[in-house]
Amino acid sequence: MPEGAPYWMLWEELVSGGAHWSGLLRRGTTLRLMDVTGRGNAAVLLYNYEDRSERYNLPDTLKAQHTAFLSKGTVCYSDMGRILCSITDDTCGWHDTLCGLSNADQVRRKYGTARYQEHRNAYFKNGYDSALNELGKYGLGKRDLTAAINFFSKVTVEADGSLRFHVGHSRADAYVDLRFEMNVLVVLSSCQHPLDPASEYRPGELRLTAWHSRPAPRNDPCRMRCPENERGFRNTEVWFR
Amino acid sequence: MMPLVESALDPDFAVRREVVAAGEPWMGHVQRGQYFRIVDLHGNQAVDTLFYRADTLEERYSAQDTIREQGNIYLSSGSVLLSNECNPMLSIVADTCGRHDTLGGACSAESNTVRYALEKRDMHSCRDNFLLALARWGARHGRDFSKRDLASNINFFMNVPVTPQGKLTFADGISAAGRYVEMRAEMDVTVLISNCPQLNNPCNAYNPTPVEVLIWDVGPASR
Repeated sequence: MPEGAPYWMLWEELVSGGAHWSGLLRRGTTLRLMDVTGRGNAAVLLYNYEDRSERYNLPDTLKAQHTAFLSKGTVCYSDMGRILCSITDDTCGWHDTLCGLSNADQVRRKYGTARYQEHRNAYFKNGYDSALNELGKYGLGKRDLTAAINFFSKVTVEADGSLRFHVGHSRADAYVDLRFEMNVLVVLSSCQHPLDPASEYRPGELRLTAWHSRPAPRNDPCRMRCPENERGFRNTEVWFR
Repeated sequence: MMPLVESALDPDFAVRREVVAAGEPWMGHVQRGQYFRIVDLHGNQAVDTLFYRADTLEERYSAQDTIREQGNIYLSSGSVLLSNECNPMLSIVADTCGRHDTLGGACSAESNTVRYALEKRDMHSCRDNFLLALARWGARHGRDFSKRDLASNINFFMNVPVTPQGKLTFADGISAAGRYVEMRAEMDVTVLISNCPQLNNPCNAYNPTPVEVLIWDVGPASR
């Protein structure tokens, strides 16, 4: 039972490094993503489970909160002005919204080739193929592959617009808690961040823990962060009336 | 800001030349090797733009892939606009503005309720332009476009700076009357534009105005 979990635990799962995962997280539940090794990256895609044409919208998330990254107190917006989930706790401080998924070419260039035939289940995976794998289970495909969030990775923007990846940003047992405000299909890949300069293919494992929490109360810090979020929560509540 | 790069192409030799009125959509084909220019006729007008591979619904412009592969969030001359399969779609070959945005996305009725006020729902928005243009184009060209095909777009002539601390703002424009951006198509593309009708932030200097689109065939006669 994670510390601070006010209600009861639902389930816990270990996702090995480089693996892909998907699941339904219902309104009023919290999912804790934990970076077990300190070199983990959780690439995450979010969809409204009931109408999958509604999904995480990167620009609307950034614009509403005047931020280029996610951290405790921020929320993830859908393209319909609703809030898919809120970040209620976070020991990492910065999660990358800009860089998207790794892909097969990029993994091959960086780490070389490791096929299933020679390496069995240690074969090299990538974020793009992993996402397609999971999306296909729900009747979704390439057209539905939208922006990904890279939890546990920090990429900042220099004055000239160039990107800087921060090595060693996360640490072992760092976690981020996502409280779901809607019924959300979560698609996840634990492949390395595409800008991770490590020369070795060595993705870190993640621990997922889900528990009943409750929808955001009136004085919720994510809700009170800015008037935009207050309106986003209002739009979300109308969906469930 | 990137150094400004001018084009040698003469508008008199363009094979297509159209003015897009303020707040209107525009959709068209640009063939591989053709040059495509957007002119900010009156200055500080955001032009929300999406690109699709002409023969499939599955491949389209990807902001995250473009940003990551060029290692920079701003678009200017030298930028290669990548698809969701990391294939080059268009290259920016000339730019007299210096910086274009691909993080700010498009306005919609729903995001207007969040960003400004619940009563702003009925204001005209880029997504309404996008959806209507896709529906009409799809019916005419036998392509089943829908909202799931609206990925994050480019905002030509719009200024959305990000600080090293991670703050993102909509700043006053850096464009001016007559500035333009020009691209060479690296594959056959379908272009979808919404000439942004947003009145609630400085992206259009609170006064949306017309823009012009031009297409050239390659060849010495165009120069």
